[in-house]
Amino acid sequence: MAFGRGSKRFGEHKRAVKEKDLGPLVKTYMTRCIHCTRCVRFLDDIAGVTELGVVNRGEHLEIDTYIEKALSSELSGNIIDLCPVGALTSKPYAFAARSWELQRTETIDVHDAVGSNILVDARGATVMRVLPRLNEDVNEEWISDKTRFANDGLRLQRLDTPMVRRDGRLEAVGWDEALGAVAERAKGLAGGRIAALVGDLADAEAMVALKDLMAALGSPHLDCRQDGAKLDPAARAGYLFNTTIAGIEDADACLLVGTMPRYEAPLVNARLRKRYLMGGFRIGVVGPAMDLTYKADILGAGPETLGEILSGTHSFCEVLRTAERPMIVVGMGALARPDGAAVLATARAIAEAYGMVRDDWNGFNVLHSAAGRVAGLDLGLVPGEGGRDAGAILDGAEAGDIELVYLLGADEIDMTRLGDAFVVYQGHHGDAGARRADVVLPGAAYTEKNAVYANTEGRVQQTRLAVFPPGEAREDWKIVRALSAALGKPLPYDTLAEVRTRMGEIAPHFHHVDDVAPAAWGKFGASGKMRRAAFASPVANFYMTDPISRASHTMAECTEAFAAASVLPSAADA
Amino acid sequence: MAFLYRTARTLLLGELITGMALTLRYFFRRKVTLNYPYEKGPLGPRFRGEHALRRYPNGEERCIACKLCEAICPALAITIESEPRDDGSRRTTRYDIDMTKCIYCGLCEEACPVDAIVEGPNFEYSTETHEELLYDKERLLANGDRWESALAANLESDAPYR
Repeated sequence: MAFGRGSKRFGEHKRAVKEKDLGPLVKTYMTRCIHCTRCVRFLDDIAGVTELGVVNRGEHLEIDTYIEKALSSELSGNIIDLCPVGALTSKPYAFAARSWELQRTETIDVHDAVGSNILVDARGATVMRVLPRLNEDVNEEWISDKTRFANDGLRLQRLDTPMVRRDGRLEAVGWDEALGAVAERAKGLAGGRIAALVGDLADAEAMVALKDLMAALGSPHLDCRQDGAKLDPAARAGYLFNTTIAGIEDADACLLVGTMPRYEAPLVNARLRKRYLMGGFRIGVVGPAMDLTYKADILGAGPETLGEILSGTHSFCEVLRTAERPMIVVGMGALARPDGAAVLATARAIAEAYGMVRDDWNGFNVLHSAAGRVAGLDLGLVPGEGGRDAGAILDGAEAGDIELVYLLGADEIDMTRLGDAFVVYQGHHGDAGARRADVVLPGAAYTEKNAVYANTEGRVQQTRLAVFPPGEAREDWKIVRALSAALGKPLPYDTLAEVRTRMGEIAPHFHHVDDVAPAAWGKFGASGKMRRAAFASPVANFYMTDPISRASHTMAECTEAFAAASVLPSAADA
Repeated sequence: MAFLYRTARTLLLGELITGMALTLRYFFRRKVTLNYPYEKGPLGPRFRGEHALRRYPNGEERCIACKLCEAICPALAITIESEPRDDGSRRTTRYDIDMTKCIYCGLCEEACPVDAIVEGPNFEYSTETHEELLYDKERLLANGDRWESALAANLESDAPYR
C-alpha cells in the first residue's frame, strides 16, 4: 500500500505482435521489437539477402519476411547479436544457460579457412554457444551460421576412448593397448608401405609431429590435401590469399575461378559484397553460377573460358586490363581435379599477364575451404621424394602397396578405396574415418586444445582451450608423440613450447601470431592440358562440411530447411 | 555483626530454604516444556525450513528456470539445468538442492521472481543417509504439494512487509 494503488493506469490498447517463424536458427519475440530495423539493414546491406522488411504503418508496423520463410542467409545468426532488445534470439541456445554461468574463451574458428575470431562460452564441460569477436582484418564483427551454431556437434558422436577393431567390431581399450596395436602392425614394415593423410581440421602442432614421425619411419607418403587439390607448395604465394581479406576493399576488379565464396567462406563473400557496394568493382565468375548476393558476370563454366581470358579474347579482359588493382580468386573447385596443376598455372599466367602481381599489390588469391590446409602446406606435409599424394596413397592402399594408413582427422576421402590396409584414425568425431579404422585414437576438437592454425591468408592464429577433451581423448600432438615412443622412434619434443619451436624451424612465420607474413612470388603450377569439364564447388551443402557440423543437430535442421527451399545447389547440378 | 548474621543463616539452612522456595514457586507456574513431537512450539511465517517448489492453482509449476536462486546461493547448493518444454515454455529439466550444503539463509526465496522456491515451516526431515538429503525436482515439487496451504498462508501473512 505504501507503493500506491495496485491497479494499472495504462488504459490504452496494449500492443502485442505475433511471433514470426524465421527458420531453425532465429527465434523471435516480436512484441519486444522497437523497429530499429538493424536486422533489416544488416540483411540488406551486409548479408545481401532482402528477406526481412517492414510492413504496415503506425501502430501496426511489423518486421516481417513478407511471406513466411526461413532466412536463407549464411550470416543470419548475426542479427541475434544486433538486436538491441532481444526480439531476435538464438533458437538452439534458447533457455539452455544464463550468461553469468558461462566461461568465456577467446579463440578462433575452424569450420572454414577464414579463421574467424570467436568467443566460446562454456558451462562446465559443455560448449554452450559461440559468439563473434571483433577483428577488422578477418571477420570484422560477423561470423557465419556454421561457426555460430555447429557447436552442438561438439558433444555428439565424440570419440572418447581409444578403440581397436577385433572380429570386425571396435572395442574400447586403454591407450597403451591401442598404441601397442599400431606398433605391432608397424613392426618390420618398410617406410614405403606406410602412408599418412591429414584432414581439414588438423592443427599445426599435430601436423608437424606427424611429419617428423613419418620422416623417422622413413615414409615419404604424406599429404595434407585429402581432396586431391593440386596446390603447389613450391611458392608460398601460390597457395595463399595474398590480397588478404581486408585487402579486397582496395581491389577494383575481381575474377572468381571455380569457387562459390558464399558457401566456402561467407565472410570473404561479405567483404566482396562490401567492396561491390562501394562501387566501381566488376566481378567475373568462371565456374558454378549462383546468387553471390552481388552482381557478377557469369563468364563461363570451365577451363576454356580461363584459356580465353589468358589469350585476351574474352570480353572480360578489358575490365582486367583497365583495372588498377585487379584480383583473381581461385577456389578448390578449380584445383581439386586431375588437371588442377594446369588450372593453377593458367591462373598464375593470368595474374602475371594482367599485372595483378606488383611490388605494392598482389592480386593472386587461393580461397581454401579447409582450416588446416595452409599450415599443412607451410609445414611441408606434402609427399617427399618419390612420395605419393592423396590420390596415389588411395591407389596404393587399394592395390596393396600401402599396408598402413594413418588418418589424422581425414574423413572426406573414399574409404572404400583403402582396400585391406590397416587404418589408424586419429580424430575427434565418429565419422567416416572412425567407421573404417582398425585403431581409433581419440583426439581433441578445436575448442579443446591450445593449437595454431593458419587461415587462407596465411595469418597465424591460436585456438585456446575452452573445455577439456572428453573422456580419454588427448591433444593431438601428444597422441602422435606417444605413438612415436610406442614405435620406438621418440620425437625430440615433450612440451607444447618445444613443438612450436620445431614449427618455427620449418616455417619461421609461425612465431608471429595474428600476423600475415608476406609471401614471395615464384613459379608454381604445372603446364599441361586442361580438361573441358566445368568447375564444381567442393561445398555441396554449406551446413555440413566437416565432422563437427555433420554431427550437429542444428546443422541437420538447417540442411532440411534450406535444401527444401532449394537455396543450395545439389551435388548433381553443381 | 555480619559474622553473626552469616553464621545464623548457615545454621538455619537459609540458602536451602531460598532455593526450595524458588522451586516451589515454579512448581505452581504454567509449564513451558513441550512434549515434542506430540507438542510443538509456534513458528513465525518467515521461518526458513525445508525447501519446496510451488505450483500455480491450475497445477502448472511456477519455476521458469531463471536460475537467479542458483546464482545467489552463497553455498552453491542449487543446481539447475533447463531447456524449452514441448510447448515452448522455459522449464527446468533438473532442479537439485543439496540440503547438506544449504545454510538456510533464505536468499533463494528472496531472489525468486515467481515465488516458486520457498523455505517452508517443515524442519523435521532428518534422514539416515546423506544421499536422501540430495533433493531433486520431483522431491521439491512433492514438498510443495504437501505443504501448499501452509506455504500460501505464510506468504500471505508476510506479503505486506515485502
